Amino acid sequence: MSEGIEVIIKTAKAVREAHDYSGTAPKVASNKVKKTAPIRLKSLLSDWGTGAIIPLAVLTVWQLAGSAGLISPQFLPAPLSILSAFAALTASGELTHHLGVSIGRAGTGFVIGGIFGLLFGVLTGLFRKAEYLLDPSIQVLRLVPHLAIAPLIILWFGFGEVSKVAIILSGSFFPLYINTFMGIRGVDNKLFEVARVLGFSPLQKLRRLILPAALPSMLLGLRLSMAVAWIGLVVAELIGSQSGVGFLINEAKQNSNTEVIFVGIIIFAVVGKLIDSLFRIIERKLLHWRDSYQG
Amino acid sequence: MGEVMLSITQLNKSFDTAGGQVKALHEVDLEVQEGEFITVIGPSGCGKSTLLRIVAGLDTGYSGSVTLEGANIAGPGIDKGFIFQEHRLFPWLTVEKNIASDLPLNRPDIRQKVDELIELVKLNGFEKSYPRELSGGMAQRVAIARALLRNPKILLLDEPFGALDAFTRAHMQTVLLDIWRRNKTTMIFVTHDIDEAVFLGNRVVILEPRPGKIRKIVPVDLPYPRKKTTNSFQEMRLRVLNYFEKVDELELTDGAGI
Ligand SMILES: Nc1ncnc2c1ncn2[C@@H]1O[C@H](COP(=O)(O)OP(=O)(O)OP(=O)(O)O)[C@@H](O)[C@H]1O
Ligand SMILES: [Mg+2]
Repeated sequence: MSEGIEVIIKTAKAVREAHDYSGTAPKVASNKVKKTAPIRLKSLLSDWGTGAIIPLAVLTVWQLAGSAGLISPQFLPAPLSILSAFAALTASGELTHHLGVSIGRAGTGFVIGGIFGLLFGVLTGLFRKAEYLLDPSIQVLRLVPHLAIAPLIILWFGFGEVSKVAIILSGSFFPLYINTFMGIRGVDNKLFEVARVLGFSPLQKLRRLILPAALPSMLLGLRLSMAVAWIGLVVAELIGSQSGVGFLINEAKQNSNTEVIFVGIIIFAVVGKLIDSLFRIIERKLLHWRDSYQG
Repeated sequence: MGEVMLSITQLNKSFDTAGGQVKALHEVDLEVQEGEFITVIGPSGCGKSTLLRIVAGLDTGYSGSVTLEGANIAGPGIDKGFIFQEHRLFPWLTVEKNIASDLPLNRPDIRQKVDELIELVKLNGFEKSYPRELSGGMAQRVAIARALLRNPKILLLDEPFGALDAFTRAHMQTVLLDIWRRNKTTMIFVTHDIDEAVFLGNRVVILEPRPGKIRKIVPVDLPYPRKKTTNSFQEMRLRVLNYFEKVDELELTDGAGI
């Protein structure tokens, strides 16, 4: 770049005439007109409120039917007795212990599977050669339900931590792999032309075009991988383990302790949902530039 | 002016499509002097964008020769600025970051130039806006600023002001002429607007469709700054319109319009 631009700039001042006909609406003083907090909170609560109607109704009927002795507690314990089982498990510290173990397992499997998924996805997405070499094999493996190989993994690695993590990572690899690959391949060719015209280096193309453009898809892959890791965790723990929420459920089954089974199921659901929400918040933070239908 | 900047001889370009070969450009000959302002006008689908893309190095697989300062076009680069028909901004970058793109905004000289370009295209107050928050005309002005920041030797503009309202358009035309005069950038400017073509160009290249070829090159020997209301301007406009309408009639029988 030379002095040329300075010249342009001087021109700017010369050219600008008295009246402003830029066709640009004047900007409101407070750059971003934010909705006030109370209003947002209120609308948020009402959105949640709408979602809570059905579960609350079900719970009420369930509890009433349970208290009235219409359902056997062995078959379907009432919400309040589940709650007290939950309180007891929490008080004894058992729940925290098992939940910690479960999250640790799911996390390890997810991180390892995710890293590989991301790595292979970027590789096959960027390089046609890598796609031809790797993608057919990966697609074949993907179509094997990953839980079907769980017995094999246990045969190889026994009932220890290794097989559990292996089961989880074998599932969480694929969503991230596929979505990373598709995200990269989905980058608008028109923007590639812009990158060429602006003289981006290969590294700049990756950093400033491909990764940001593929990010929405990659984050979706991340969330799906997380969900699959969570499912894999349950299977791994139910097949055989001495700790974890899955173990808690299994043990309760042997002791016909239906309340605890429910506690375990609810814990899986709630923690899974919390982790998913966390990912969605991250997603919204990173993708705020997107202009998509919000419902 | 003087040296030949761009030389196009016997340029032919076809596209292979499912429905057979489409001849986009047919035996196009054009020589552009250094510092010349060429406007290109013609009905939709006559190959205007294709011509620009070949000069930019974006399209290959043509026959004939295209040389820029004596050398064959090797590929796109920052010496050949290109403003696309659509704005093509990066949706994840703010206005100022789109203008800077790969150049670091935290470098004081670039920061200053970006600020000044934002002023030039009248987008003050929108530096931190994202493309989705801009109107079509505003986005196009960001794209123009992005191309100007790189200060190219030749600037290829594909209907850059198509999305602008009449007033902004007039402003941008004046801005562009001033940049051209001071910077001596060679310009190839595609438009649908006869007034714009006559107002800006040293020469107006009129293309006709199917196959896309040059129908006429009209030199516009009016001094700058031009006034659209003068008789000589209107005369010139009518001359171009005359050629253009002949093309248009052809077009109408073909079932396509401008
Ligand atoms: N990538 C492509 N593949 C196939 N055909 C193409 C391609 N690009 C252009 N064409 C064809 O080449 C011809 C010229 O297209 P071009 O885009 O250059 O027209 P244009 O003059 O810029 O039109 P407009 O004024 O509508 O932008 C058209 O018939 C079009 O169908
Ligand atoms: Mg075009």
